Amino acid sequence: MSIDAHGIRKRFGAFTALDGVDLHVPQGKLVAVLGPSGSGKTTLLRMIAGLEFPDPGSGRILFHGDDVTDIPAGRRRVGFVFQHYALFRHMSVLENIAFGLRVRRRRDRPSSAAILERAHRLLELVQLEGLAGRFPSQLSGGQRQRVALARALAVEPKVLLLDEPFGALDARVRKELRRWLRRFHDDIQLTTIFVTHDQEEALEIADEVVILNQGRVEQVGTPQQVYDNPATPFVYQFLGNVNVLRAPAAAPHAVGGVAAAVQEGLIYVRPHDIELAPHDAGGPGLSAIVRHLHAAGPHARLLLEQVQTREQVEVEVSRAELSGLNLRVNDLVRMRVRQVRSFDEDFAI
Amino acid sequence: MLTAVALAFLAFFLLLPLAAVFAQAFEKGVGHYLATIREPNALAAIELTLLTVAIVVPANVAFGIAAAWAIAKFRFPGKSVLTTVIDLPFAVSPVIAGLVYVLVFGAQGWFGPWLIAHNLKVIFAVPGIVLATAFVTCPFVARELIPLMQAQGTDEESTAVTLGANGWQTFWRVTLPNIKWGLFYGVILCNARAMGEFGAVSVVSGHIRGETNTMPLHVEILYNEYDIAGAFAVASLLALLALATLVLKSIVEWRQAAVQ
Repeated sequence: MSIDAHGIRKRFGAFTALDGVDLHVPQGKLVAVLGPSGSGKTTLLRMIAGLEFPDPGSGRILFHGDDVTDIPAGRRRVGFVFQHYALFRHMSVLENIAFGLRVRRRRDRPSSAAILERAHRLLELVQLEGLAGRFPSQLSGGQRQRVALARALAVEPKVLLLDEPFGALDARVRKELRRWLRRFHDDIQLTTIFVTHDQEEALEIADEVVILNQGRVEQVGTPQQVYDNPATPFVYQFLGNVNVLRAPAAAPHAVGGVAAAVQEGLIYVRPHDIELAPHDAGGPGLSAIVRHLHAAGPHARLLLEQVQTREQVEVEVSRAELSGLNLRVNDLVRMRVRQVRSFDEDFAI
Repeated sequence: MLTAVALAFLAFFLLLPLAAVFAQAFEKGVGHYLATIREPNALAAIELTLLTVAIVVPANVAFGIAAAWAIAKFRFPGKSVLTTVIDLPFAVSPVIAGLVYVLVFGAQGWFGPWLIAHNLKVIFAVPGIVLATAFVTCPFVARELIPLMQAQGTDEESTAVTLGANGWQTFWRVTLPNIKWGLFYGVILCNARAMGEFGAVSVVSGHIRGETNTMPLHVEILYNEYDIAGAFAVASLLALLALATLVLKSIVEWRQAAVQ
């Protein structure tokens, strides 16, 4: 089922949570709503679920083209998974999953045996067969997450909404679980929206990313589109590390390979888009002093200080490249920029 | 050392008086003890106390749950005012509370003439005692539940709603099971206070023997008549209730700790 939101506004007192948001989620896709805390992403998700309502007269929410703005949560057929899972703590895992079926009106309710059978099948689906009788407090974070997912799926929702689904897990489980979620989504093909503040997570598993900032949509696109062609400075800075430099410092003759006519304003350079060369190599580039060197991990990170402007520049190079240069702190080095980005209108590459 | 001081203090100020209550109660023998308790006025006092508790405790449970649910789970204007109002009985002396009811419902009070015209008695009658007791005990259940419900948040309820549960189902299947031990604890405290309340009830009761005397008032009357053993005999019933409350309370606390 496709989901559309048009012109959604929401204020909480003086705070504007959503300021005219439009959203389109195509049928069967996995879409990430990405933004820093306070960007309104959870409010948007709760609104799609029917747990929150847009300010009167501001906007509409459509499911498969039908207006559901005024329909309460219980009749929207959405599966909602909270960041902290919100499992019913006094019920066993199996009863948690069965809940949505047990509260149905008598004439829509399957028999108790059928309910339990369905709950067992869902438990299998999320690979927790052996844990039916456990209580939530006896499960690990990743297991709770999957029980919450199974419980949401029990009512056969038409859309799955996940609020920071991996936010409360440790780093290793988080990685495992997000790959699992991607495969799981490929199997069940249910329209899914998940909210996250973690750009790596969004870029890794989503079909499409919606970037939200201060209650507005900054950009929508596939992970590659938004990463390669950020529409705004905010998106550029939010998706990965970036150096923001005053343009004259990186004028054409200086930045080397890039022929750019930047007069003023700011340019944006990713740390891995900077190339280092021995200082006496000549040719294009800028002189910089190595201020800090951090070589643990797959890539080496350096903090350079540009000689002319004293601007600090973060650079990421491979370990091999670094050892070839044989650099130490306070050494001079030549840096060349492979790719820059400016959001000034008259800037052209 | 500190522990020893604490224990000595406890023994001196809590256990000793408790022992004294029972020692005094049986001073004139078991016969006198039973006679005092079986005496019609004493039985009437016990009956009235139980009746008051039977009305006040369920009323406070209903009010306490409703208020705590509203305060902990919803945003609405006037929320902080409601929170403060719930605490009012803790801040006001029970005697003042009783006087306020006399002022409002008494013969010279605001509604006095109207009540007399309709042949209704509040002050110096059972309704006044129930009202005064309800006022004094009203914070117990709500105070116990508000922090608990606030800590639990609204996510479980929201989940239940998205899964299709209606308001009643959400309350009975999700909210109530989560607060049941806290609620039970509140009920125990409320019950103990309702039985033992003296000040507010004393003002509105009128001390009519066999009619508007509760157990604490009856104790006072016996004591003022120099029937010390009789006074302590009735007091020992209240003391027994206190002990039972303590036992129940520790069981509930133990259960609560086990759940979390």
